[in-house]
Amino acid sequence: MGKTTAEKIFASHLVDEPFPGTRVLRLDVVLCHEITTPIAIDDLMARGKDRIFDTAKIKAVIDHVTPSKDTKTATQAKILRDWARRHDIKDFFDVGFNGVCHALFPEKGFIRPGYTVIMGDSHTCTHGAFGAFAAGVGTTDLEVGILKGVCAFREPKTIRINLNGTLPRGVYAKDVILYVIGQLGVNGATDRVMEFRGPVADAMTMESRMTLCNMAIEAGGTSGICMPDAVTVDYLWPFIQHEYGAKDAALADFRKWCSDDDAEYEKVLDLDVSGLEPLVTYGYKPDLVKPISEMAGTPVDQVYLGSCTNGRLEDLRVAAAILKGKKIAPNVRGILSPATPKVYQDAMHEGLLDIFMDAGFCVTNPTCGACLGMSNGVLAEGEVCASTTNRNFMGRMGKGGMVHLMSPATSAATAIEGQMADPRKYL
Amino acid sequence: MKTFGGPVLFLDRADINTDEIIPAKYLTEITKEDLKPYILEDLKLPGFDPKGPKTKSARVIVSRANFGCGSSREHAPWVFEVNGITAVVAESFARIFRQNMFNCGMAAIELPKEKVDALFGYANFSDVTMALDVEGQALTIKGGGKEDTFRFDISPFDKALVLAGGWVDYADQKY
Repeated sequence: MGKTTAEKIFASHLVDEPFPGTRVLRLDVVLCHEITTPIAIDDLMARGKDRIFDTAKIKAVIDHVTPSKDTKTATQAKILRDWARRHDIKDFFDVGFNGVCHALFPEKGFIRPGYTVIMGDSHTCTHGAFGAFAAGVGTTDLEVGILKGVCAFREPKTIRINLNGTLPRGVYAKDVILYVIGQLGVNGATDRVMEFRGPVADAMTMESRMTLCNMAIEAGGTSGICMPDAVTVDYLWPFIQHEYGAKDAALADFRKWCSDDDAEYEKVLDLDVSGLEPLVTYGYKPDLVKPISEMAGTPVDQVYLGSCTNGRLEDLRVAAAILKGKKIAPNVRGILSPATPKVYQDAMHEGLLDIFMDAGFCVTNPTCGACLGMSNGVLAEGEVCASTTNRNFMGRMGKGGMVHLMSPATSAATAIEGQMADPRKYL
Repeated sequence: MKTFGGPVLFLDRADINTDEIIPAKYLTEITKEDLKPYILEDLKLPGFDPKGPKTKSARVIVSRANFGCGSSREHAPWVFEVNGITAVVAESFARIFRQNMFNCGMAAIELPKEKVDALFGYANFSDVTMALDVEGQALTIKGGGKEDTFRFDISPFDKALVLAGGWVDYADQKY
């Protein structure tokens, strides 16, 4: 019997099976940010174990609140910064070089097919787009990961999601993943790996695959996973060319991580996306999804474009194409947070930032900020935000605020009209 | 090992997320103790007051499916722990929250829906307490002159974490 990608990664990284069903895995990368890591650092120091299993495998960034907004966030940043310096962590990204972790780390080429990745952040599942097993964990798992380079998981079962058909105009990876979450429910994939397959996933860019995998956790999934292929090789090529010499060699090596044809799945979901409409969420859970046609006309106070879900160059291009030459409605505040300095700079060179600013958007520095109601666009009580982020929990972007999740295209159309709007009429 | 059991707080809704348990704006606190006043601050449930006496006295939470979904923040188990709550009994848990509980030496106990329904049958009594024997895999709920005992499953690994007092000590000895 063949194996899934997740099973191959588990088998190749197995350190121990302390009890039936529990697998302790060797970690290839441990990612850190300033919200969940400082308490791990403090605890390691208190235990007299301020050590790191392998400094080269630690990647750290200040991203949630940056530049720091007050003494508390400055202290968190300082704890991470001092730790990175103390241990000579080369891949540490501070103000000027920092961006949203799940956009920044892939952009730096840190994630490869077959890797095991953890981070004290639930959207770590994003990195499965590269054919990696990438799981969000809490601070204690992170702490043990930093100290020992291992993490314990339950034996993964895999749900295979075949994305069939072709994406209609105006429908993007974000709409697809909202549709999938709507089908599975918010705990439909708990303790499961979500493997995205089929012609639609194959045709997606790495950015789109990251958008898909990013929201696996919103269905409870441990990791999203896409099959590594020529698209993966092309994306990683600047970082791997010295290693492989030719793209074919890299592709052959990457392919060994693909699920076997005779791999066994717990469940297979066949979804035809050809008839899909742009989707938006309507309640306080990400599985509450409706077509834009049913939600059009709902007034919003703010449009937020950014985050680890949809703050990449591809997303900015789509939104800018809709906003070009237009103004956003006077009742709406538009906020754009390019996810990384590279996205920011590329968007600037392409003239995208001019389009956003001419339309009336505020362009902030790369940060998680408003997505979780920490900074740079927090809502007031009773306000409504059309957002390209990943969570619409009550109060997520500010106490008493309401969030509707949608694609960058739908958010751009919504900004123009000041109420939820179908992006297809602007394409 | 931590101690388990005491007055019960009933939270009658599925999908209670970690933003509701501890809003993100408090994640800038550096010590666990500083989280204490903000427990369940954004949870809106009929008759539930995050600052009320039932929250203050609680040692066990009973809730529905997919408890602790959303953010990976371990601040959720921590805010429970600093408020004296060391166990949550629910129909099911989100993976990261469940692991965070056991990693802290706390207990995330799953029971089938009909048994959770039976626990909620006690929700209107004022004197509900639960005794929890993690090693023996049984819990007893008492209130309103009634009492019920249920056995529960727990993975051997999760039980070992509770007995070891958490994952750091366990892993440090072993790996």
